[in-house]
Amino acid sequence: MRHVLPVLAVVAAIIVAWYGAAAWMNSQWTLDQAAREGRELTIVDIVNDTMVQERPKLPAPHQVGAELWKTVVATRPGSKRSLLWHGWVTLSATAAGFGIGTVAGLLLAVGIVHSRAMDLSVMPWAVASQTIPVLAIAPMVIVVLNSVGVSGLLPKAVIAGWLSFFPVVVGMVKGLRAPEPMQLDQMATWNASRGQLFWKLRLPASMPWLFASLKVAVAAALVGTIVGELPAGATSGLGARLLSGSYYGQTVQIWAALVAAAVLAAGLVALVAATERLVLGRMGMRR
Amino acid sequence: MSAPVIEARRLGLTFHAADGPVHALKDVDLTIGPGEFVSFIGPSGCGKTTFLRCVAALEQPTEGTLSVNGVPPDEARRRRAYGYVFQAAGLYPWRTIAGNVRLPLEIMGFPRAERAERVRRVLELVELQGFASKFPWQLSGGMQQRASIARALAFDAEILLMDEPFGALDEIVRDRLNEELLKLWARTGKTIGFVTHSIPEAVYLSTKIVVMSPRPGRITDVIDSPLPRERPLEIRDSPEFIAIAHRVREGLRAGHGDAV
Repeated sequence: MRHVLPVLAVVAAIIVAWYGAAAWMNSQWTLDQAAREGRELTIVDIVNDTMVQERPKLPAPHQVGAELWKTVVATRPGSKRSLLWHGWVTLSATAAGFGIGTVAGLLLAVGIVHSRAMDLSVMPWAVASQTIPVLAIAPMVIVVLNSVGVSGLLPKAVIAGWLSFFPVVVGMVKGLRAPEPMQLDQMATWNASRGQLFWKLRLPASMPWLFASLKVAVAAALVGTIVGELPAGATSGLGARLLSGSYYGQTVQIWAALVAAAVLAAGLVALVAATERLVLGRMGMRR
Repeated sequence: MSAPVIEARRLGLTFHAADGPVHALKDVDLTIGPGEFVSFIGPSGCGKTTFLRCVAALEQPTEGTLSVNGVPPDEARRRRAYGYVFQAAGLYPWRTIAGNVRLPLEIMGFPRAERAERVRRVLELVELQGFASKFPWQLSGGMQQRASIARALAFDAEILLMDEPFGALDEIVRDRLNEELLKLWARTGKTIGFVTHSIPEAVYLSTKIVVMSPRPGRITDVIDSPLPRERPLEIRDSPEFIAIAHRVREGLRAGHGDAV
């Protein structure tokens, strides 16, 4: 619990800086309005006005808080105006994409470790796949899948999987190769088969690497899903909230969606970390 | 003498490195009988570990013949002829001590009930019976190495191959483990091949000491120890012990003389 104070101090500093930036960035609009109407404003008037604008350049924290309260707590969860509903849409696609990415990453890593041909051929493609901007590939995936009648969750999950398989491949290739030559020799002296070598040595030895990659992968899956929600006029999900917010200049709505996405990401990473503690703890590998 | 357990005839192993061939072993002739305790001693690069690895079929000799229990090494390995103890204990951190000792039994397909019985028995043999459910990091280095010896004994191999098993341990722990190893050997009657850097260790443990030298790796002397099988630690102060140690040192020096 002795970490609480420093954390609160950092949060307080961020909020203070945020308020300062809001006052500064929104003051121009206030001054312009006043000049047009020929009014004189005191500093207090200016600062007060920057905190309550309808479409501020940078919404003040309490405005974002109020928007979150309105859309999360005060709105019926099933409603299309509820941020919980949009969050759920994004979360379900993220989870599906994370699942796709993890399975694909694991299979590729197992192949790379066991086959020299795959070792030489797959990795360059995996790296190349990540150099293509996801913003460029996402609309194509949506459009192509839509043309064959697939829409809704799956196209977004594919994009999320596209981003999240990569850290799993890289981490697991490293993890499955973690056993030292001595440990491999040891298994050889017992005439262990390749299958036994995998299940009894390589896989358990790779667990710390797996969880490190999964933390990166789950965050990447969320980014992929949100990007997948941007094109083609999506109407649901946090990405859609971001997009419609920017269409209509609803900066408060954008920031509320951003905060929701950040909270979602933090929650997902925390969930993976908790699973990691549980699994490694049960394996006796907790450090 | 009964049929040899390990027999090498003009054994050679040449690695082809980037800067030319490396003769890890050359013209090695050696016969090891059942129940012998044979130490291999020599400087780095003399091929003592390589020889042990050839016996374990972890390396393939390029010349000569090598038989283990009368068959080629890889066949002997399939027949579970030997247990191998490496320099590091190499216990799996995610398995308990019992789980680690059980590992080779799982791999070899022993029935479940028999596994538990064997684990219990060998842990008792190395005096770790109270530590079955502990994880490796909860044990000292010496205890970990004892667990790894138990693991090598679990499937009743007739031969125990040990590659500097106590090299990373301090001298006090080492003395104790040496004493225990002798007791274990007396109780089980295994044939033991033991690689070491330490002259006192080799003389104290062995019935036969194989002195080796590098470039090319070869045997320079084979000493049959006149020491009795029953050996208290104090035997290391006896004139016989000192005489053998002297002869080993001479052998090592001679091996070094023509190479450096």
